[in-house]
Amino acid sequence: MAEVRPLLRDELLPPRRLERRHLISIADLTREDVERLLSLARAFGRSLEREVKKLPTLKGRTVVNLFFESSTRTSSSFELAAKRLSADVMSIKSSGSAVDKGESLKDTAITIGAYDPDVVVIRHPHIGAPHVVARWTKAHIVNAGDGTHQHPTQALLDLYTIDEELGGVSGVHVAIVGDVLHSRVARSNIQALALMGARVTVVGPPALIPRGIEALGCEVSYSIDTIRDADVVYVLRMQRERMLEGANYVPSLREYTARWGVTPGRLRPGQKVMHPGPMNRGVEIDAAVADAADALIERQVRSGLVVRMAVLYDLLTHGPVEVKVAEIEEVA
Amino acid sequence: MLFGGNGRKDDLVLECIRVVDPTQGIDEVLTVTVEQGVITRLEPTATTASGRIVAPAFVDPHVHLRTPGREDEEDIASGTRAAAAGGYCAILAMPNTDPVIDSAAVLGALVERAEVEAEIPVGFLAAISKRQEGAELTEMIELAERGAAGFSDDGRPVVSAGLLRRALQYHEVAGRPIALHCEEPALSRSGQMHEGIVSAELGFHGYPSVAESVMVGRDLALAAHEGQPIHLLHLSARESVEALHQAQAAGVAATGEVTPHHLCLTDEAVRSLDPNLKMNPPLRSEEDRKALIEGIRDGTIAAIATDHAPHAGYEKDVPFEEAPFGVTGLETAFAVLNTRLVEPGILSLATVLERLSAGPARIYGLEPPRIAVGAPANLVVLDLEATWCVAHDEFRSRSANSWLLGSTLTGKVVQTVADGKIVFAA
Repeated sequence: MAEVRPLLRDELLPPRRLERRHLISIADLTREDVERLLSLARAFGRSLEREVKKLPTLKGRTVVNLFFESSTRTSSSFELAAKRLSADVMSIKSSGSAVDKGESLKDTAITIGAYDPDVVVIRHPHIGAPHVVARWTKAHIVNAGDGTHQHPTQALLDLYTIDEELGGVSGVHVAIVGDVLHSRVARSNIQALALMGARVTVVGPPALIPRGIEALGCEVSYSIDTIRDADVVYVLRMQRERMLEGANYVPSLREYTARWGVTPGRLRPGQKVMHPGPMNRGVEIDAAVADAADALIERQVRSGLVVRMAVLYDLLTHGPVEVKVAEIEEVA
Repeated sequence: MLFGGNGRKDDLVLECIRVVDPTQGIDEVLTVTVEQGVITRLEPTATTASGRIVAPAFVDPHVHLRTPGREDEEDIASGTRAAAAGGYCAILAMPNTDPVIDSAAVLGALVERAEVEAEIPVGFLAAISKRQEGAELTEMIELAERGAAGFSDDGRPVVSAGLLRRALQYHEVAGRPIALHCEEPALSRSGQMHEGIVSAELGFHGYPSVAESVMVGRDLALAAHEGQPIHLLHLSARESVEALHQAQAAGVAATGEVTPHHLCLTDEAVRSLDPNLKMNPPLRSEEDRKALIEGIRDGTIAAIATDHAPHAGYEKDVPFEEAPFGVTGLETAFAVLNTRLVEPGILSLATVLERLSAGPARIYGLEPPRIAVGAPANLVVLDLEATWCVAHDEFRSRSANSWLLGSTLTGKVVQTVADGKIVFAA
């Protein structure tokens, strides 16, 4: 009898592949993809220094923002990014829409697809939602957060911020602190940072660090003292709304803050601090840390705009839609 | 214990065909004659170059017919037609329907429908506990008398050790097998897939192997203590197979089954986030898959069961996290096992045929299908060389939530004879 051989890739993957270009997971990107996106973002960053900030680049294109979860910075930044590129943008929130009447995601996707959007940006509380929209529309899909899975544009804007602030990503040591288990931001960031050659350590209580996370390319520590070794301390939101009742990941928020809260005393001078927002001041991050000069939190929001411009532009210029690459070089 | 599918008894001659019956120790070219539904002659003939074989037809001990309650997903006619097309001569249906099969009245109504609608003989398990709520035992003796093939709360574990103990004690008089879905809900929680590297990467709550194996350990201990047999449904974890092996060695009358998808896939497949890869128990690691294959090879696991679980398209075409657990399997089981395990030489054809037929039949005390003069004809003709593509529109099942959609498989069911009647011909 033959030995059991490892499964071949063709045997693992089901037949339905996503054919169009989408941005659903950092895992789908190569280093070249990320470098191209960051360089585009830099070009857009320069364009925003001008008095008239609007570019004609995506005139006539339609971007639909489909948000099934509350969001301030992500939805506003996608909307503004699309507008700065002169695309028509439509934002749909689940409350007040047909979703309130029990419409399925598939039907919502088909409805929106009838307008022939070029890009659908989707945020949804459940893993796999962007895949459903990708199956039922012809648009390029941008994942703006699906459950605890991925939030790729957040990771890209964080790379951009680190790159701008520290002059590069490769070799930088980033400590990601907190509730990694429930954090799509953590997952996307670990993958993106590892892809670009950064060293990543995740720090938090054992039950909030998923087993096997090392496979994404990070180290694991349960001691808050290890954040002192990092160049950047990336603080995750303590997602109370995602903590299952009585799950006992930590005995109490009080104990969490006492053991893993990021306070001035636990940082070394000059360490940069990042947070994807919204912050729970006094829980995962001390107010003094959040407001200190070394906090890059507002910078992250600024980066979000140019990175999302880059993502929209990239999808619509490398995909089936013909837009001349020269156009961006002229405006930039 | 099996109902429906009766009636016509056909005549049939299969000339110069390779006959493979592991239980009879036959693997030779014969001419098989069936008269009035009974095998009357097995005559040696010249060799054949054909890729066709005839084997004892299959028995699926684990099917969800969704009847009563969700006839839009499957009913007795469509489910048994799908089974016939998959090479099965008998199937057993699980009682987690709406209403649950937990009284002789509900079972009786189902049996009456089966007598009229079933294409092949079908048996019904009844629930261990009323409404499968795990609190009160069903009237197991009355249910057994009305024809229950066994008892199971499948879909859920029997959480209370005390209730399971009482059920095992009652088994002494009720006498039909007790089949257990082993899952400790405090450990599986809201788990969507196997807890491991892939779940860590994808961000899912993990459903760890230990959620199954602690329950397997507990159930085996109770079976040993009460001296009663148990059957363990859809095993997925290496630790469970090891525990079953040890218990069998210690003399516990425990049996187990495994699904084709657990034998062929690992959690790596879930990276696609295709809801047709979401099932309970979840796909586990390569180590687990190897242990399950080894369990089939050495006989620790006596049966391959499809756990055919039809779901409406609109229920599965949702984000992975929202999708219900379960996949169909009746029409693809042999072909996928042949393609993924027999052809590469991982399992022998004889082993797979035995675990699809006599193995499951014995667990439930059914007459194992066999190819012998005087035996009722329960036969499947298989073309081991034919390739075919699994297509959405070609299922006899009312549902198409197959993980194999679009796959090309080698090995095709050509003809099925169930209880003397030709029930399928390609």
